[in-house]
Amino acid sequence: MFAYVLRRLLYALPILIGVNLVTFALFFVVNSPDDMARMQLGVKRVTPEAIERWKVERGYDRPLFFNAAAQGSGQVTETIFFQKSLRMFTFDFGRADDGRDIAQEMRDRMGPSLALALPTFILGLFTSVTFALILVFFRASYLDFWGVVLCVAMMSISSLFYIIGGQWLVSKLWALVPISGYAPGLDAARFLVLPVAISVIAGVGSNARWYRTIFLEEISRDYVRTARAKGLSERVVLFRHVLKNAMIPILTGVVVVIPLLFMGSLLVESFFGIPGLGSYTIDAINAQDFAVVRAMVFIGSVLYIVGLILTDISYTLVDPRVRLE
Amino acid sequence: MLRRFPLLLVFCTFLAACGPVWNDPYPASEQGRNIMYSAFTDRPKHLDPVQSYSEDEATFLYQIYEPPLQYHYLKRPYTLVPGSAAAMPVVRRYDEGGRELPVSAPASQVAMSVYEIRIRPGILYQPHPALARRADGTLRYAALSAADLEDVRVLADFAETGTRELEAGDFVHQIKRLAHPRLHSPIFELIAEYLPGLKTLQKALAAEAARTSGALDLERHTVPGIEIVDRHTYRITLKGAYPQFLYWLSMPFFAPVPPEADRFFGQPGMAERNLTLDWWPIGTGPYMLSENNPNARMVLARNPNFRGEGFPCEGEPGDREAGLLADCGKTMPFIDKVVFTREREGIPYWNKFLQGYYDASGVSSDNFDQAVTMTSQGEVSLSDDMRDQGIQLLTSVSPSIFYLGFNMLDSVVGGGPDAEAQARARKLRQAISVALDMDEFVSIFLNGRGVTAMHPIPPGIFGAREGEAGINPVVYEWRDGHAVRRSKDVARRLLAEAGYPDGRDARTGEPLILNLDTTPGGLGDKARSDWLAKQFRELGVQFVVRATDYNRFQDKIREGNAQLFFFGWNADYPDPENMLFLLHGAQAKVKESGQNAANYVNAEYDRLFEKMKSMPDGAERQAVIDRMVAILQQDAPWIFGFHPKAYSLQHGWVLNRKTGSMVRNTLKYQRIDIERRDAARGQWNRPIVWPLMLLAALAAAAIAPAFVHYRRRERATALGGGR
Repeated sequence: MFAYVLRRLLYALPILIGVNLVTFALFFVVNSPDDMARMQLGVKRVTPEAIERWKVERGYDRPLFFNAAAQGSGQVTETIFFQKSLRMFTFDFGRADDGRDIAQEMRDRMGPSLALALPTFILGLFTSVTFALILVFFRASYLDFWGVVLCVAMMSISSLFYIIGGQWLVSKLWALVPISGYAPGLDAARFLVLPVAISVIAGVGSNARWYRTIFLEEISRDYVRTARAKGLSERVVLFRHVLKNAMIPILTGVVVVIPLLFMGSLLVESFFGIPGLGSYTIDAINAQDFAVVRAMVFIGSVLYIVGLILTDISYTLVDPRVRLE
Repeated sequence: MLRRFPLLLVFCTFLAACGPVWNDPYPASEQGRNIMYSAFTDRPKHLDPVQSYSEDEATFLYQIYEPPLQYHYLKRPYTLVPGSAAAMPVVRRYDEGGRELPVSAPASQVAMSVYEIRIRPGILYQPHPALARRADGTLRYAALSAADLEDVRVLADFAETGTRELEAGDFVHQIKRLAHPRLHSPIFELIAEYLPGLKTLQKALAAEAARTSGALDLERHTVPGIEIVDRHTYRITLKGAYPQFLYWLSMPFFAPVPPEADRFFGQPGMAERNLTLDWWPIGTGPYMLSENNPNARMVLARNPNFRGEGFPCEGEPGDREAGLLADCGKTMPFIDKVVFTREREGIPYWNKFLQGYYDASGVSSDNFDQAVTMTSQGEVSLSDDMRDQGIQLLTSVSPSIFYLGFNMLDSVVGGGPDAEAQARARKLRQAISVALDMDEFVSIFLNGRGVTAMHPIPPGIFGAREGEAGINPVVYEWRDGHAVRRSKDVARRLLAEAGYPDGRDARTGEPLILNLDTTPGGLGDKARSDWLAKQFRELGVQFVVRATDYNRFQDKIREGNAQLFFFGWNADYPDPENMLFLLHGAQAKVKESGQNAANYVNAEYDRLFEKMKSMPDGAERQAVIDRMVAILQQDAPWIFGFHPKAYSLQHGWVLNRKTGSMVRNTLKYQRIDIERRDAARGQWNRPIVWPLMLLAALAAAAIAPAFVHYRRRERATALGGGR
């Protein structure tokens, strides 16, 4: 397995270089170093000299990909792409345009993001799986029918509606929890109750429907009939046997997102004032801060690759027949 | 029982922590305390006083730093008064021969202006580790090693703080910082025009910066034109006459910064920990930044070393009746702490204001109808809901303008080099100025929150006339005591005179096509573009919107490739020079990289501008401004759009609040009636629990038949089928 993981990590290198290249190209299609300088220096009273000074100081005075004025390997290395990308692979993200250390900022914001994403993930998974199993238990009954209708209705509603409606109903009308905000430590709980609940509710419709399909497929297998023939109760059949055997398709969708929990949620963080990494990315895009955008995309790619490897490893845990070679 | 049900224990603890109000976003320890609660949307980019140049940052910086001058809080028109200066600066002007000139001497004779500023003795800096000293007088944290900084994450991690008296040298140090090559001060070029020594300093510092990546020592350099007279007096010598310099002296660009702060933050390892002057300001003002987490909240705490300042006893007519002089002479600041919470979205911000968790709020388009009602006469008043909550509405016209500019380099709307073509293009611009009903624009798209502009100078700034003398005669006529927009027929006539009868070129018969260059979501977005197209259609002119992203739009403006464009300007200071320079030929965007986006050049206007900018306010200056305005109205390089009206809401417990965009150090004047606020919050935020019980009951109602169904199935036999 170690060799397999190592091989997958090596495969990741060209992927990360590619992602970095695409991010770089896309960013500089719509922004030039001059635009970045103007965004930082402001639009009032900015002179061409000031823009030039800013670019020189930040290393944005070089060509993007190819430096015709340089000699030898310098034609490639003395470019913005090379200079800004190389350090990334040692996880040295440098500084944001406002001078802040990006790695430090990420560390500061990871906590709030996880505080929101982790309970949402666990509760959401538990709720969706449980709800799906209940629907399967009552399959072909009115409960199953109305359950599916409810799922379709819930997945048809925009998550923005859940957020705005939830804030209005629970925080404004019923005055049960704060509308938005965040506090470190245990006090964070009262700020997280509503966003977590809303995130879980917003996701349960589509997830439960997906899991129900998986369970229904599983329940028609021979071993289920055997289990029933042995006299096991439906509850034991479903929760002990079907759930375990349906784990591979569930894990495929679930484990891969676990590392991405660090990245935060753009919308929920924004509306609930949670100072996580999702809102950091939004701020950076709005401020045309290439250093931060690039770092966030890079970290996102790394975490996604890690998620895929973890998914593969998790297969071996739930299904002994799977071998990683 | 609680031991058996740990979840119940957690829930009970949770509710107990919430107190009688469950949705209070602030810690229980803050209840009943003299704290003001506010919000911010965009995180401040810079808190270094030589870099900061935006309104978001001013909210914080003006409370921390004390420039030599400040605006009187209540007086209008805006009046400069001493801030950290002991008195208004003594200004002396000299000719080429070094002879002192009288105040009335024309600017052309002035070779240099000398500003002597005496600061108040006894002003102390806020407690700060940069100023901490050992018993022997040496700085405590001036030579930090990597080990010293190992456990340091925020400024509060430094155990010791210190202070010292404000000195003239600190102001001089800050002026030198304007030239710092790594700080990129936005006003460096402007100030260096009048203080050429700064350019010399910047060259020297740039050379030093190229040699070392470490901190630059400004103390080793001197700047010609700036001198320290004594411990509390310094002198600035400007080239020529620049009376607007006094306004700059009221901004943080000229606030004092102790050299110890640069030395402290410039040490290796500090920037890596985000410990910079750009992040942790150090000032002498009424407040100091005690918490800086721009992702979530920023906190200003009362500076314990602030000298105290008396609340003003004079204002403009109506201030006494409004209760704004009730605190006359009382020592400021009144509020102990100001908590700014980051709210990225308008909806939670608004709802929290209605719950009483923010003391004041703006009025956005989303909540305008909920907050404000308009009478049939166009008068604005608070909605009944707002009034019932004791909310008050404050309005003021901002010293800003939004305009539709014509690019004078464009052959169609600018006319090109030919005089006859220029005259025709002028008629075309006049026709469009008449046809585009900006009153309707303000009414439809701004809910009436704007004043239609007659010229570039906003109301309240010297030079802006009211009544008949203040109208734009090309677009309006004075009828029955009111400005009445000229009819579309006038616009059609002007269009025909321009060579486009019925919107077609008289020579070629081709339709006239005008292009608006805009950004998505800007002033030219879909609804507004449709409205503009309708206005043009009435003249028979075809109208095309060329939407592009913000960067490309700026490129078009810079390169002179736009035709019509929306632009705006927010005045730096209340002087007509700061508005009329936007059309000065020397500021042309394409040729000079200046602020004149229309690239308008008129020799007479430029000559008058040069004369006007150095004149003292008075009848003579007014006459010059009148002529300049008349030129602009005739030439119509802009459609003078509107001056936005700022609408602000505040709860009844906020006292002494007066609007006025120029006055930014407002927090020290404001006061909070804490008891009233606590009572209102308690009354407005009583938790309603029955919906939770109802939900539980509904869930039980749904689960019960399911449970019955489950039991029936579990008991069912193959033959019985569960029946």
